[in-house]
Amino acid sequence: MVPTLAGVILLVFFLFKYFGGDPAEILGGLLATPEQIESIREQLGLNRPVWQQLWIFVQQIATFDWGRSWATSEAVSHIFATRLPATLTVMIPILVLEIALAIPLALGVAYVRGTLTDRGIMVLTTVALSISFLVYIIVGQWLFGFYLGWFPVQGWSDSFLVNLSRYAVLPIVLAVLVGLAPQTRLYRSFFLDEIGHDYVRTARAKGLSEQRIMLKHVLRNAMIPILTNVAVVLPGVFIGSFLIEVFFSIPGLGREVLLAVNRSDYPVIQAVTVYLAALTMVINLLADVLYKVVDPRVVLK
Amino acid sequence: MSAVIPAPQLPAPAPARSPGVWRAAWQRLRHDRVGMACLMIVGAFAVLILIATLGLIAADWQREVGLPYAPPAFVGPDRDEAQQAIAAPKGPPVDLSDVDPLAPRYAEWRERAARFQTAETVKSPTLPFGGDRLGRDVLAKAIKGAQISIFVGVFAALLATLIGTVLGALGGYVGGKVGDFLEWVYNVFTSIPDILLIFAFAAVFGRGIETVILILGLAGWTGMYRQVRAEYIKHRTREYVRAAEAIGVSHRARMFVHILPNVSHVILVRLSLLVVGFIKAEVILSFLGLGVPVDQVSWGTMLAEANVELVLGKWWQLAAATAFMATFVTAFSLLTDALRDALDPKLR
Repeated sequence: MVPTLAGVILLVFFLFKYFGGDPAEILGGLLATPEQIESIREQLGLNRPVWQQLWIFVQQIATFDWGRSWATSEAVSHIFATRLPATLTVMIPILVLEIALAIPLALGVAYVRGTLTDRGIMVLTTVALSISFLVYIIVGQWLFGFYLGWFPVQGWSDSFLVNLSRYAVLPIVLAVLVGLAPQTRLYRSFFLDEIGHDYVRTARAKGLSEQRIMLKHVLRNAMIPILTNVAVVLPGVFIGSFLIEVFFSIPGLGREVLLAVNRSDYPVIQAVTVYLAALTMVINLLADVLYKVVDPRVVLK
Repeated sequence: MSAVIPAPQLPAPAPARSPGVWRAAWQRLRHDRVGMACLMIVGAFAVLILIATLGLIAADWQREVGLPYAPPAFVGPDRDEAQQAIAAPKGPPVDLSDVDPLAPRYAEWRERAARFQTAETVKSPTLPFGGDRLGRDVLAKAIKGAQISIFVGVFAALLATLIGTVLGALGGYVGGKVGDFLEWVYNVFTSIPDILLIFAFAAVFGRGIETVILILGLAGWTGMYRQVRAEYIKHRTREYVRAAEAIGVSHRARMFVHILPNVSHVILVRLSLLVVGFIKAEVILSFLGLGVPVDQVSWGTMLAEANVELVLGKWWQLAAATAFMATFVTAFSLLTDALRDALDPKLR
């Protein structure tokens, strides 16, 4: 974990140091005089040797002090603190609903495997998957927000409850509808893998009902790949679906990162990248521990 | 490595050749009706792109051939008169020449203007599949967009494949310190969420088609690396590789001449998965303005325009881009499935 984190830090540092534009010129703007550029370089420590700059970078990471955004002068930590709640308000319901709906759906499809229903659903999901997420959002926002007027087209408020009950509903519903197709496909393949195993045959031979086999044996054993998958998508919850945030004007982290990319606002991008990488590692570690809970056979090294 | 076997290889009497991997796969694929249909659709797209690249069709997609938002031919021209100019006022024009400060120069300007020829272009009220805000033919845009989007997807996938294969081969075949180092690099790249990695590269490298290819390739090689590495570890100790070692084949030749053809079917399947993923990614990046520049068109930039048009009731650009993309991506995904089944019959 530590070497990987060090790698992430090195990658981000050298990527922005040697491939990105000169920070002083970005900060100074088009009208900056050479003296101003020079003083900015001095201030940011850009005139020091590379290893000292790297050290400053590491200190920033360790102390959570990234200074201010280059574009808005807002403290980077403040950006995180104010944008994250909006992102989580939208993303956590999406994740929970997606998993809660995809597991029974996939279990059902796996139960009727090989039938016309199963094949029909698989073809449908393939076609559904080939249409860009963008199209779903564009059409969904137009249909439900503009044409039918069931939901506000976009917006956000200061109250958590109003947000959740009013503004976040349409984004959540759309994202869940779109996310359901790939999740169902994936979970179905997990279940089918398990159904092929010997223990299922044994359970059948023992005379257990098919429902019992599916719910008690197959489901439990398929939890490991499902957990792995959840661990893979979980870090995405914090970055948020930037497309959704852009379309529905949700003041979340994803939109902020996108803005930062468009404004060449390096501190924000660097901070998000490094912390999310660290978070991903922590989540993976937790997933490993959870395997142990789900499957006592797993031995942690 | 331990003992050199002196057995000279006698030229064995040539047995009846069993079909090779590729030929056998082709035989299997030919019996897969869905796979063949998809192959034809993908082939049709390839021809379309080839013609578009040669400039035979859709080369003048930027010409404004129709009225703004000209509806598709099958819908019929707009009967809506609201967008016509304000009616000319009735009555004789008032002579302002004694107060108009510009009056003395009108004659001069008229003379100058006469030196230029203006041709009145006839803008068609309908287009085969409608027009966009500037009256450009949506169908031509969709074809040109297909060219760019698929081009980006394929080349980014090739770049990712190249990186992933070379590193995977090194990691799997050489192992040891080099393998550990590559594993570390892999871990670093996978611990950053994909979309952030793409954003970070985009922030640094700027904009443009080549940049998109570079970004997607650099961010997307990890899956390929993982799989190629596993295959190389598996093949490294196989007998044919040991045999090659015994007759003094160099490491490089063993890696890329002997083992690579034997894992190429895995690479091909992964490559086509990457193409689908990258086409979708390009569409989203272009939509966000991080993809192809404004003087080019891709499915993503078409969707970006469609967002506003839909509110005005102009649905055709959205429909065209979506239909093209959905057809191609569905066909390509199903073809990939068929390809996997054909190349790896054990998987069934």
